[in-house]
Amino acid sequence: MAKIIKEHIHELLSKGLRQDGRGLLEYRKNISVEYGISPKSAEGSARVKIGETEVVAGVKMGIGVPYPDQLDKGTIMVGVELSPIAGDRFESGPPSVESIEIARVVDRGIRESGALDFKKLCIKEGEMVWQVFLDIYPINDDGNLMDACSLAALAAMKDTKLPEFDKKTGLVNYEKKTKDSLPLSDEPLELTVYKINNEFLLDASIEEEKNMDSRLTVAFLKDGTICALQKGGNKEISAEDVVSMLDIANDNVKYLRKAL
Amino acid sequence: MTTKKDTKRHDGRKANDLRPMEAKLGVVPNASGSAMFKIGKTIAVAAVRGPRKLHPKFLQDPERGKLRCFYNMVSFSGSGDRVRPGPSRRTKEINLVMENALAPTLNLDNYPGCGIDVYVNLIQTDAGTRCAAITAAAMALAEAGFEMKDMVAAVAAGSVNGQVVADLDKTEEDVEDAVDIPIAMMPNENKITLLQLDGKIKKEALKEAIELAKDACKQINEVQRKAIVEKYEVK
Repeated sequence: MAKIIKEHIHELLSKGLRQDGRGLLEYRKNISVEYGISPKSAEGSARVKIGETEVVAGVKMGIGVPYPDQLDKGTIMVGVELSPIAGDRFESGPPSVESIEIARVVDRGIRESGALDFKKLCIKEGEMVWQVFLDIYPINDDGNLMDACSLAALAAMKDTKLPEFDKKTGLVNYEKKTKDSLPLSDEPLELTVYKINNEFLLDASIEEEKNMDSRLTVAFLKDGTICALQKGGNKEISAEDVVSMLDIANDNVKYLRKAL
Repeated sequence: MTTKKDTKRHDGRKANDLRPMEAKLGVVPNASGSAMFKIGKTIAVAAVRGPRKLHPKFLQDPERGKLRCFYNMVSFSGSGDRVRPGPSRRTKEINLVMENALAPTLNLDNYPGCGIDVYVNLIQTDAGTRCAAITAAAMALAEAGFEMKDMVAAVAAGSVNGQVVADLDKTEEDVEDAVDIPIAMMPNENKITLLQLDGKIKKEALKEAIELAKDACKQINEVQRKAIVEKYEVK
């Protein structure tokens, strides 16, 4: 069965076609971003839909001690939980490698972009900093969770308002939100280009993901600067492939950005 | 970003200079294959176990073998604090990218239902650890006698203070705005099997870094080749 599907996908791709009728570099049309889906409890939250793929993300702010090598900087932690709610292939239990990879790639895009000013999240150097807990929960997997998670993460961060913090008592009043947003100076966003049987495509379906040879996820700032890369899949690619994939990603990330 | 080609690096290396390397096969005699790879102060020891029946059974793939990598920084190998033993999220991701970096060279169809396990210990680290681990692992797989399409050699290219360089050490990696780009290549096929990037970079500089890595991987491959020849040469 798996073999038949693989051959079918290859045959379609070689004709420039896909199972759902899209072109190879055609993203799904129905992308939506909804902000503030958990406004009472989360400091920031968002729901992203790319076709039937649905992901929710939320930010909780906490107070903690900085890392010893970054005493004047706040911290961020990104988590992705792939629970059985999102699809048959997921199991409950400790985080799978797949969820760790998505979380770390989204994390890297944000962290390495420098878009989040961690110094502004410092309350008292060496003692007290803001911690950003950004957790992402896919609700329905219909392919391309990587891009959906990146988009949801950015949307949730944009939606975030810091809670009131009492410096004297060191306590956070989660009931009261201030007007302060997260110190975001740019908008790092990731887009993944998939390679199957020497064809490049965007926004893969589940079947296409299962049968991909490799993929390249690229994180971009608004001005097109690249801030993170991750090659996935267990087939090799050439340097020319990388350049083509970067160009495709760069051309299409604007489309994904429009949803914000 | 302008590239300053001739600026000397903090340890006197030129942009495309690698740190001194050493490689040795058969460092773990009871393994199917093993190798040590040292680049600068980073030391990786890799051992291959298997192919052997994969357990628990549900992990088995009846059509092909499964390559599993186990990257492990030993507790005293980090700069600064003791490294907490056991798998972290970082380790698990590295295991995954190592598997992806090495799998393209193997013919896993030959080993249905089996596991090929590669264990890599980092004894001392000075950046570039996943690359050193991959380089050592590829040699260990070769010593184990697997049918391989090509070797795999890896290097961390990147940009430090706006200069595109090969083989960053910890001092360079820690520079503000440094960009770290771990790349693994099959040096003869000229194909990329690992590509990651942390940090802000323009496309042109990235292309330059990939070219630099290509050349660096060829140099590393030369060291790998010599180590293999040294082991099997009839004197």
